[in-house]
Amino acid sequence: MTSPVQTLSKSLTVNDNPFMKPMEWVSLALLAGLILFVLPATLDAFRLNLVGKYLTYAFVALGLVMCWGYAGILSLGQGVFFGLGGYCMAMYLKLEASSVENTKIQSTPGIPDFMDWNQITELPLMWKPFQSLPLTLILVVAVPVFFAFIIGFAMFTRRVGGTYFAIITQAIAAILTILIVGQQGYTGGINGITDLRTLHGWDIRTDSAKFILYFVNGGLLLGCILAAQYVKKAKLGRILLAMRDKEDRVRFSGYSVAGFKVFAFCLAAGFAAIGGAMFTLQVGFMSPSFVGIVPSIEMVIYAAVGGRLSLFGAVWGTLLVNWAKTTFSESFPELWLFGLGALFIAVVLAFPNGLAGIYRSYVEPRLTRKVKALAPAGAPVPHGTPAE
Amino acid sequence: MNAAILSSPIIGESPDAKDFLLSVEALTVSFDGFKAVNDVSFYVDPNEIRVIIGPNGAGKTTVLDLICGRTKASAGSIKFKGQELTKISESAIVQAGVGRKFQTPSIYDDLTVFENLEISFPRGRTVWGALTFKRDAEVRDRIHEVATMIFLKDQLKERAEFLSHGQKQWLEIGMLLIQDPELLMLDEPVAGMSVGERIKTAELLNQIIVGRSVLVIEHDMKFVEDIAHRVTVLHQGKVLSEGSMERVKNDPKVIEVYLGH
Repeated sequence: MTSPVQTLSKSLTVNDNPFMKPMEWVSLALLAGLILFVLPATLDAFRLNLVGKYLTYAFVALGLVMCWGYAGILSLGQGVFFGLGGYCMAMYLKLEASSVENTKIQSTPGIPDFMDWNQITELPLMWKPFQSLPLTLILVVAVPVFFAFIIGFAMFTRRVGGTYFAIITQAIAAILTILIVGQQGYTGGINGITDLRTLHGWDIRTDSAKFILYFVNGGLLLGCILAAQYVKKAKLGRILLAMRDKEDRVRFSGYSVAGFKVFAFCLAAGFAAIGGAMFTLQVGFMSPSFVGIVPSIEMVIYAAVGGRLSLFGAVWGTLLVNWAKTTFSESFPELWLFGLGALFIAVVLAFPNGLAGIYRSYVEPRLTRKVKALAPAGAPVPHGTPAE
Repeated sequence: MNAAILSSPIIGESPDAKDFLLSVEALTVSFDGFKAVNDVSFYVDPNEIRVIIGPNGAGKTTVLDLICGRTKASAGSIKFKGQELTKISESAIVQAGVGRKFQTPSIYDDLTVFENLEISFPRGRTVWGALTFKRDAEVRDRIHEVATMIFLKDQLKERAEFLSHGQKQWLEIGMLLIQDPELLMLDEPVAGMSVGERIKTAELLNQIIVGRSVLVIEHDMKFVEDIAHRVTVLHQGKVLSEGSMERVKNDPKVIEVYLGH
């Protein structure tokens, strides 16, 4: 009885669940080549910094692929986590820029300028941890993830989901924006935290610093893609997919659904937070305009355009939409929002799986056929979706 | 099996719960005042196949929903191996050893047959466990064993979406089997199946009942007669009759409301 079963399973062990399929390795190599070689080699310092800024949004889109595409949790408030990560970073940089000698004309030297303008005479308690770089690097991820955990735990254990959850996340984005704007003395208000200069003594405003930060950003993004790929490939990824389709069945297979949803939401928040911190470092400021509803929805569009089930698609989608945004708004600034709206409608109606979907149904089959024609008979060929 | 229990009307009695695998006592649930299940009590022995029959709307599916925690009881108790189930979550009930098959095949369309079975494998059920879960020989062998039992060993790599209706039903039974529950609850396992599939399913059920209790809802009387050890008849949320198929078939109350037409 055991021997036929064992031989059967042995024949299946070959390439049963590889970390990445050959085509996915190719996609990764293409993306890494573009980010780490092609763009730095062809773009000037200004444009490269712009691409670096776009790539920080790709972290958010990547998180949305896991959270929305895989787990089916649509969050319209990812700007919250992007913003929190960015603010944590900005608070450290601001404190460093507000040394006593830099701020000696203030009535209270040694605190950020906007606090002085708001008659605050002592560094608030919530700013204290950001005097230390190691602590800041931990808090950049920990604060947004903890916040996501609280929201997720409160919502998902009460089985709030779908549209209701999306609306609540949107409300949270609005509330946080209002809070940041209102508490000017603690947050810098509507202007955000500006005039950032050095990271642990290293001037981040120079071209060479921006060049290095671009590569740090690109490396982190590729790292996050690999981390997401690991989650996707683990049984957890399949549970997320299963949960999206048949939540009840997952529950009756003995899983606590809420826990898995909280995990997906926290993962997305963590990715967004890293993006936010890199944004602050590369762009040199952080403001409430990246926390609110509009940026949050734009980030969902990046993921939708790229394809909400494709990690690589999320990055391509972000780059493409932002490139279009920059090009359009340079020539027809008033038309861009209409263009963005039209793009979203087109994606929903015509290409529900975004760029990745177009690639999978039109480009990949052709490539596979070509590879098949070139390869000698009998050679293994990666096959994609079954022929339709 | 206890002869005294078989012959005496069980309803209203309160025997010692630990002798039974499952004891349902005075179970009641009301939806906006309508009592879908009203003061239902019954007891299932280890290794027993119990079939619940009754006309549409009698509350059969609701009873299963209550046992597996999908619906919360308004009153009464459900004890499984001495543990109260009405107080714990659905996933905890599954982990205690209760498996449930739904009326319409409830499987994961986007996953392959192999992955469907793998998700049901009772290991790595926490977030961390699912992240670090290894598809090792034990998992593979068990999946192949179950796939052979449910006639799907050649479809392991196929997406579940492309299976026939009968195959989907089998897959869901397989997903339960791999959990190795002590109590298996099946809601109309042969509904919508062809005659050939029905025969294979009866064969499958006879194979899988070894070492566990099964609670089945079924309308197909021929099928019920083939498999049932005992039958409970529900009508308008209440237990109308209970006992062997022979006894229930000849009960005038049952003939009037259910079997007569």
